[in-house]
Amino acid sequence: MPSNYVPAFLFIAVVGILIPLTLVVARVIRTQSPNRTKLMPYECGIDPYDNARGRYTVRYYIIAILFVVFDVETIFLFPWAVKFKALGVFGLIEMLVFLAILIVGYVWVWKKGALEWV
Amino acid sequence: MLNAFMSYLGSTVPPGNADNQLWALIYVLIIFAGVSLAVVAMNWIERKALAHFQIRLGPMRVGPHGLLQPIADALKLMLKEDIIPAQADAVVFWVAPLIGLLAAFTVYTVIPFGPSQAVSDMNIGILFMLGVSSLGVLGIITAGWASNSHYPLIGALRSSAQMVSYEVAMGLAIVSALLMTSLNRTGTGTLSMIGIVEAQQQQGVWFIFKFFPLGLIAFVIFAIAMIAETNRAPFDLPEAESELTAGFHTEYSGLRWSLFMLGEYAAMIAVSSIAVTLWLGGWMRPFPNLLTGSAWDFIFSLFPGLTFAGLAAIAFIGTARMPAQAYFRIQRIGLAVFAALLGLIALLLLAIAVAGRTNDASIAGRFREGIDYVYWFVLKVAVFMYLFIWYRATWPRYRFDQLMRVGWKVMLPISLGVLILTAIVGVLIS
Repeated sequence: MPSNYVPAFLFIAVVGILIPLTLVVARVIRTQSPNRTKLMPYECGIDPYDNARGRYTVRYYIIAILFVVFDVETIFLFPWAVKFKALGVFGLIEMLVFLAILIVGYVWVWKKGALEWV
Repeated sequence: MLNAFMSYLGSTVPPGNADNQLWALIYVLIIFAGVSLAVVAMNWIERKALAHFQIRLGPMRVGPHGLLQPIADALKLMLKEDIIPAQADAVVFWVAPLIGLLAAFTVYTVIPFGPSQAVSDMNIGILFMLGVSSLGVLGIITAGWASNSHYPLIGALRSSAQMVSYEVAMGLAIVSALLMTSLNRTGTGTLSMIGIVEAQQQQGVWFIFKFFPLGLIAFVIFAIAMIAETNRAPFDLPEAESELTAGFHTEYSGLRWSLFMLGEYAAMIAVSSIAVTLWLGGWMRPFPNLLTGSAWDFIFSLFPGLTFAGLAAIAFIGTARMPAQAYFRIQRIGLAVFAALLGLIALLLLAIAVAGRTNDASIAGRFREGIDYVYWFVLKVAVFMYLFIWYRATWPRYRFDQLMRVGWKVMLPISLGVLILTAIVGVLIS
């Protein structure tokens, strides 16, 4: 592995050691006396009547799928951006064609109403 | 070990690139401590500034002008009972804040405080930063899911949808800044964070002013997206207290809750640093190409010392203006000591600036340079941190459908348009 990537793991190690250590220290010095009411989910004092991990609106899925499409598009733009001037007019036209396909998809999604949040 | 310690001194590349992991570890620890300290300070500043926006005083009791309030809060959180709800998934509940923190802190590996004042300089710096910082959403969604409660789950879903939506516009804005790095003689740009700042230095313009107003628009898009990314007001729907209590961290209490706060503020500092690096010239002082010469260098290198001198003066005035009652004696002494400490730092910085003014290669000269770089970088980031507070005090919260509409129907087309226009202008002038 190139040596300039190692510090990222050093950072992970430092945070991953120091923070759990703080949690453990806090566990030792703090009080701990749970009871049934304290351990209930926060629900304005009412007993929860069902499992929270139930159904939720499908729009979150649509947003996630759209995100994948557009974020992958952005990732494809990065190499072009770095070589932008070297690729010149040819690269620009290539990228405009690529973007045009995506913009057509974007307009379609818009017209279909997938971007509405009703 | 001593050898490894000494061998890096005098090097002009970040320790990660010099393959000196000992110094990399030292930098990591410094940044970790510094960011944690900045978060503590930010806590106090935010409460104080918000209070003054609303014509209140804010914390005043714990220490002079509430200066010790964050420490009191931290102690209280340490001693507070930390509850894991009975129906929660204990392991995931435990791990969730850690994921958020790791994502927020690991980004600092590539943030350049100066040409050699970074932990490491990766050739994929900005991609690394984008990838790692978007892992933060995992921490939030695991926290919401593990709590097994309605508010946290809805908060987590909202938060992930929001972060994901604004990340698209953010990425496109970043690409349009990267385009500008390639407008040099070789025609090849860079993804490295240090390289991006050096490209601005070479082209003699901050990217915010390049192709005016295209750079500015891209910057504004990024500045809006970064507020949404960090779940701050006016985009703080995941923690909208009037609807969702506290959003995804409703079930968290005590120290574990404070880890989420630490992660949020660390992420705020990280995205601000990225905005500074990409558009505001990173570590460069104002007008580095216009006001050249050793005289201007010297004048600008006085700024760090003068800033601390100003802060010390404010603290001294505060000491003098305290009521002369016995009740305030300890507070007066405390504030005076604080002011004296700030004054000492100011004197030290001024001494370094004066001692290092003639010879850049000497130890004092290298110190002066390093302090300059870090000072200008931190100052620009500090402006952003103040803006975060200002936004929170000024703007009402968005509704969720408005938020999504802005993200997908306004931000995305504008950032795409700016990207295409920047590319066309770039091709036309070259």
